[in-house]
Amino acid sequence: MTTPEERIAALLRALPAPPQGLTEAAKELPAARRELETIVARIERDARFRALVAADLEQTLRVEGVEPTPAVVALLRRRLEP
Amino acid sequence: MDPASDAELVARCLADEQGAWDDLVDRYARYVYAIAARVYRLEPADAEDVFQEVFARVFERLDTLRDVDALRPWIAQTTRRCAVDTLRRAGRETSVDELPDGADEGLAQLDEAMTVHAALTGLSPDCREILDRFFTRDESYRTIGAELELPPGTIASRIARCLARLRDVLDPDAARAPGRKTPAHASGGKVRRRR
Repeated sequence: MTTPEERIAALLRALPAPPQGLTEAAKELPAARRELETIVARIERDARFRALVAADLEQTLRVEGVEPTPAVVALLRRRLEP
Repeated sequence: MDPASDAELVARCLADEQGAWDDLVDRYARYVYAIAARVYRLEPADAEDVFQEVFARVFERLDTLRDVDALRPWIAQTTRRCAVDTLRRAGRETSVDELPDGADEGLAQLDEAMTVHAALTGLSPDCREILDRFFTRDESYRTIGAELELPPGTIASRIARCLARLRDVLDPDAARAPGRKTPAHASGGKVRRRR
């Protein structure tokens, strides 16, 4: 028979910590959004730039001086969705 | 037990309150990762991509959440959709409503686990740390003892004591019941696993 403590221990184990860095990257999203505002505005008014971003998102970000962190890339991909 | 409800947390995020988004990520990071990695059994790299995608979606769409008390099911559903998209891209046909074998139980267990994790806030920082290190970071008695400058035997007894405290936080009525066993007796004084 399982004791309450064993049950609690099993439930604690059910939620392991995500790999290091993942959580911190997600916390960067508010800063990433601020950083992306200029780029998103340009994507919306410049079809050629939009095509460049769609072709190679990470490289375009670098050219624009924005570090393509996972948070920035995930957020920009969301913005590019139809 | 929990310092703020999900509804309060959402309101703080939507008001751009300092630290609110960090709190939301801290509260749900393990949940999202566990759904991707354990319920849908995605490869580690895929689970990490799903994790990033889910938080990007939640961040972008938080203001569209109609029922602010439904944050957890909304995040669960978003994670399921992202996981299913990943499986489809990998050529595994599936739908959002079609869960892998045992996934229903897995999701229910994660909801229960979230309640237990929320109850950790009712413990001392020392107890929270030792339980987190042992059960969720999978650290050995030796590693924890070295970090906290305590003998391994002391770590084992502290884990047992902190688990008993957590049990009392989760079930305060039982904790007040007459004739309640002491923590050492209740746990048999033992915590299984690593030495």
